[in-house]
Amino acid sequence: MRQSAQLNDARRAVPARILLAGHEVLLLPAGAAYLQDERLLVVADLHLGKGLAYASRGQMLPPYDSLETMRRLLALVRHWQPGRLVLLGDSIHRQTLMEASLAPVAGELDELARMVELIWIAGNHDPDLSGLPGAVAGEIELPGALRLRHEPATDGHAEIVGHLHPAARLPTRAGRQRRRCFVAGENRLLLPAFGALTGALCVSDPAIAGLFPVGRSRVFLMLGEGLAELPMAAVA
Amino acid sequence: MVPPADSLLPTRFADWFSGRGWSLRWHQAQLLARASARRSTLLIAPTGAGKTLAGFLPTLVDLSGPGSIEGLHTLYISPLKALAVDIARNLEEPVAEMGLLLRVEARTGDTPAARRQRQMRQPPQILLTTPEQVALMIANPEARKVFAGLRQIIVDELHALAPGKRGDLLALGLARLRVLAPQAITFGLSATVAEPDNLRRWLVDQAGGVAMADLVEVPRSLAAPADLRLLETEERLPWAGHSAQHAMAEIYREIGRHRLTLVFVNTRMQAEFVFQALWGLNEENRRIALHHGSLDVGQRRKVEAAMASGGLDAVVCTSTLDLGIDWGDVDLVINVGAPKGASRLLQRIGRANHRLDQPSKAYLVPSNRFEVLECHAAIEAARAGEQDAVTSREGALDVLAQHCLGMTVAEPVDPEALYREVTGAAPYAALEREAFDRVIRFATDGGYALRAYDRFAKIRRDGEGRLRVANARIAQAYRMNVGTIVESTMLKVHLGSAKGGALRYGRLLGEIEEYFAEGLTAGDTFVFAGEVLRFEGIVEDRVVTTRTQGKDPMIPSYNGGKFPLSTHLAARVRSMLADPDTWQALPGQVSSWLALQQGKSALPGPEDLLVETFPRGGRYYLAAFPFEGRLAHQTLGMLLTRRLERAGLQPLGFVANDYAIAIWMLRDPSIRVAAEPEFLDRLWDPDMLGDDLEEWLNESALMKRSFRACAVIAGLIERRFPGMEKKARAVTMSTDLIFDVLRKHEPDHILLQAARADAATGLMDLRRLSDLLMRIRGRIVHHDLERVSPLSVPILLEIGKEPVYGEARDQAIADEAARLLDEMGEAFGTA
Repeated sequence: MRQSAQLNDARRAVPARILLAGHEVLLLPAGAAYLQDERLLVVADLHLGKGLAYASRGQMLPPYDSLETMRRLLALVRHWQPGRLVLLGDSIHRQTLMEASLAPVAGELDELARMVELIWIAGNHDPDLSGLPGAVAGEIELPGALRLRHEPATDGHAEIVGHLHPAARLPTRAGRQRRRCFVAGENRLLLPAFGALTGALCVSDPAIAGLFPVGRSRVFLMLGEGLAELPMAAVA
Repeated sequence: MVPPADSLLPTRFADWFSGRGWSLRWHQAQLLARASARRSTLLIAPTGAGKTLAGFLPTLVDLSGPGSIEGLHTLYISPLKALAVDIARNLEEPVAEMGLLLRVEARTGDTPAARRQRQMRQPPQILLTTPEQVALMIANPEARKVFAGLRQIIVDELHALAPGKRGDLLALGLARLRVLAPQAITFGLSATVAEPDNLRRWLVDQAGGVAMADLVEVPRSLAAPADLRLLETEERLPWAGHSAQHAMAEIYREIGRHRLTLVFVNTRMQAEFVFQALWGLNEENRRIALHHGSLDVGQRRKVEAAMASGGLDAVVCTSTLDLGIDWGDVDLVINVGAPKGASRLLQRIGRANHRLDQPSKAYLVPSNRFEVLECHAAIEAARAGEQDAVTSREGALDVLAQHCLGMTVAEPVDPEALYREVTGAAPYAALEREAFDRVIRFATDGGYALRAYDRFAKIRRDGEGRLRVANARIAQAYRMNVGTIVESTMLKVHLGSAKGGALRYGRLLGEIEEYFAEGLTAGDTFVFAGEVLRFEGIVEDRVVTTRTQGKDPMIPSYNGGKFPLSTHLAARVRSMLADPDTWQALPGQVSSWLALQQGKSALPGPEDLLVETFPRGGRYYLAAFPFEGRLAHQTLGMLLTRRLERAGLQPLGFVANDYAIAIWMLRDPSIRVAAEPEFLDRLWDPDMLGDDLEEWLNESALMKRSFRACAVIAGLIERRFPGMEKKARAVTMSTDLIFDVLRKHEPDHILLQAARADAATGLMDLRRLSDLLMRIRGRIVHHDLERVSPLSVPILLEIGKEPVYGEARDQAIADEAARLLDEMGEAFGTA
C-alpha cells in the first residue's frame, strides 16, 4: 500500500552485511550467507525428503518440497556464481530415506555439482553422506579461524552454524508476525533453515537465546523481498 | 394413517404423567404416533416446550413393553458434551419412577477409555453422545454388531449442528447408520428455523432423490409473545465502540429488580468487561457470576449449579449459554450489543422463562448508535417471528476425507457402495463421483499429481477392489484426529506465585490463546475469569499469574465469537434508514442524528449504496454504507484498495465494521469522479470478484487460516496435543509453508479447493459480497462532502480500535523494525 520509496528505506532489498572473524558476510534475503572474499555460499538445513519422511508415517505432505528447495538453491548459485557451496548439515531429512529423497531431484543435483564445488557437512539427521557428488566433511575452517559446522559449539571459535532453524516473532500494527531469520552475534552467525518445508524455532527459546547475548546480537527477519534487521532484545 | 396418540401411551406412562400433574402434549403425542408409524421426523418447537422428553418418549414406551430389549436401542446426539451428560441424568428419574429396566449412559470425550470399550461390547439401551463419538463408534470394527438392533436416532439442537462442519461429519455418520441399521428412524429436534425443509432433508436418505422427514411444528400461537424492548438510557449514546459502558448502571438496576438475569454479550472480551463493570457498581452485593468458553470447565459447572439452585442474581455470559440445559429460574434476559441475527436473538430470549405460557422478557442494550438501528430491526424481526439462521450447506471435502478413511478403519468398503452412501447425506447429495474419487485418492496417498507416495498409501485395495486401512498405526492416527473442531493453540492459565524468580503454579482458571500469552511480558496485567491478573511468566505450557489491583489491565482478545450482521437484519436496517416515518420509534439522540445526516449528506434508499468522499487531516476518505456485515466488508475493503491503488489514488488503509467501510488515501477520489463520472461504477463493478480476488486470495492470511483447518480435518497433518510439542523442542510444522509449496506446484489440489470453499463461505462471505455488488449496480449515490458526515463519524472512530487492513504484513514488519532500530539503535550500527 505504501509507495515503494517508503518501502525501500526500511527494508533491505539488498543483502545485509555483517563482519565475522574478519570476513565480510552477506546475508541473502533467500536465507543463505555469502562470503565474498572466499566466493563461498553457505546454506543450512535443506531437509531434502522431508515430505517423503512424513508420508512414510502417514502424513502426506506435498511431494514437491525437495524439488522446490533444489530449485531455489540453483537459482541462488546461478545468481552469485560462487566457487564453493557449503551445505551446513541436515541436508537430508532422514538418513534411511536418503536415496529415495534424492531420486526426484537427481537432475537438479547433477546440475548443481557441475556449477559449483559442493561441500557437505554432516548433520544429526544425515551423519553419513557418502555417495554424494563433492566433498564430505565434519566441519571446515576458513582463514581467521572461522568454522563452518552444523551445530553451534562452545569452543570459542568464530562459527557459522545451522541446526536450530531460527524464527522470530514481532508484534506489528498488522498483528504478530513470525518469520524465519538469521541471528548474528559477535562471534557467531546462525542461518535459517533453507528447506521449503522446514519448521522453525523461536529465537526466544533457550536453545537459541542462550547462544546470543541480548545486548550484542541482532536478528534479520526474512521478508518476501528483503530482510528486516532488529536488535535481539526486540524479539528474544 | 397415524393411530390416535392416546392409545400409544401405556397406562404406566399415563399414570406417571398424571402423577406429576402433566398431560401429554400435542407434539409429544405426535412423535409417539410418528415413531409407531416408523417415520423419521423433524420436531420444531420453541425452548420450553418439552422437546427432549418428546424425543425420548417413544423410546421409553418401546422399551417398557414385555420382554426386555438387549443392546443399543436409541442413540441421542447433542452438540454439547454437557447436554448429553445432563440428559442422561434427567432420564434417570422417569426411568426409575416407572420402574423401567434399562440402562442409560453418556459417552463423550471425557468418558474413561475402559467404559467406552465396555460400551462397545455391552451397549446400554440408550446412549447419549456427540458427533465425534458417533464417528469413532462407526469406525470401530464392532460397529455392525453394536448398531444392528438400533431403532431410534435423536439429533438435538439440529438447527445449531447442521450448518457447520460438525453437521457434515454427523450427516455422514447418519448415512452410515442407515446402512448398519436400516430399521432405525431419526428424529431431529430444532428451534424455529427459516427453512425447515433443509433440516427435513438432512434427516433422511437423499441417495434416491430428494426425500424429507415428517414435520411436527409446535405452532407459535402456543407461545406467549415475548416482552421485548430496548433498555431505555438516560446517558449519551456512544458513536462507536462495543463496551456499552454507558448502560452499566441501568443494567445493574434491572438485575436488582429481577430474580435471575442472564446478561448475554457477543464476545468473551465483552463478557470480562461487563463483569468488571457490574462488580464496580455492586454496592448491594448482588451475586453476579461470569460464564464463557475460556473459563475452566469446573468453574463453569459451579456457576451452572449455582444458577440452578437459586444462588445467583445474574450471570454474564456468551453464546456458551445459548444452547442447552435449563439452569434455573431466569426471568430476564439482557442482550448487550447488537444481536447480529433474529434467530440468535430468539434463541437467547428463549432462555428466560422456560415456560410456553408465560412471556419471555428481554431487554436489548445497544452499545452505539448503529446498534440502536440494528436492535430495533431485530426486535421487529423477532416480533414477526422471522428467522434468518442459515441451515443448508454444501458438505466440506476435508470432512468427507476424514469420514472415508474412518470407514476403511471399520471394515473393507466397496467404493461404489460408499459413494452411494455418502450421497445419501444431504450436504453431499450433489457430490460428483469425480470429486468423491479425488477425495478417496487424497485419503489414500495425498492425491498428488506426482505419485510419489504409493508405497506409503494409508488405504489399500484388496483382491475384490475393496478399500481397507493399510495398518493399525494409521487406524490409531485416525482415532486421535477425529473431529472437525480446530482450535487455536490454547495455554492454561493458573494462579500461582513468583518468588525469587521461581514460578510455581496453582489453581487452574481457564485457557487463553497462545498468541495473546506470547505478547505479554512479566508485570503486564490483564483481565481474566473476572479478576485482574499479573502475568508472571510461562512454565511449560502454563501461564502463571498472580492476583493484582493493576490499573488499566488489558483485556485478552479472542478470535472467536464475532458473528456478522445477518442479511435479513441488514435489509431491515436499510429500509428503516430510508423511511423517516419509522424514526419516531427510535431514541431521540438517534433520530436527530439521522435527521442531521439527511441535511448534511443523504440517507440512501433501501436498495442504494451511499458513498461519501471527504478530506480530513491531509488525507482523502471514501466511506460507504453497504450494511452487509463485517466479513463481506473486509473482503470488499481488500479488493477496493487494490483497485484504488491501480487507479493511482494511493490508498493507505481501510477499516470495516458491520455497517460501513472507510478507505483513506493520498489523492482525492472526488476529483477523479468529477473527471470521470463512471469511475465509482467501475470501482464497484462485480468483476472485482474475478482476477482481483484471485490475486489477493493467493497471499491472503485468511486462505492460510482456512487451509490449516482443512489440513488438520482432512488428516494431512496430525493434531498436536498438549505436551507433544515438548519432545521435539517446539520446532513447529508450519502449514503456511505447506500451503506455499502446494499452491506453487499443484494449485488445483483438492485441499486448496476445500480451503478456498471454506474461506469463500466463511471468512470472506463472498456470496453476500457478490449479492451486494449485483444489487447496487447503477444505484450508487455519491456525495462529495467538505467534511465528515454524521453517518461516517462512527466508522472513522473505529480507526485504531479495529485492525487496519490493506497494508502488507511484510511492510508492517519492516516499519516496526525501522522504528525499533531508531529507538534502540545507535549501539547496533551495521558493520
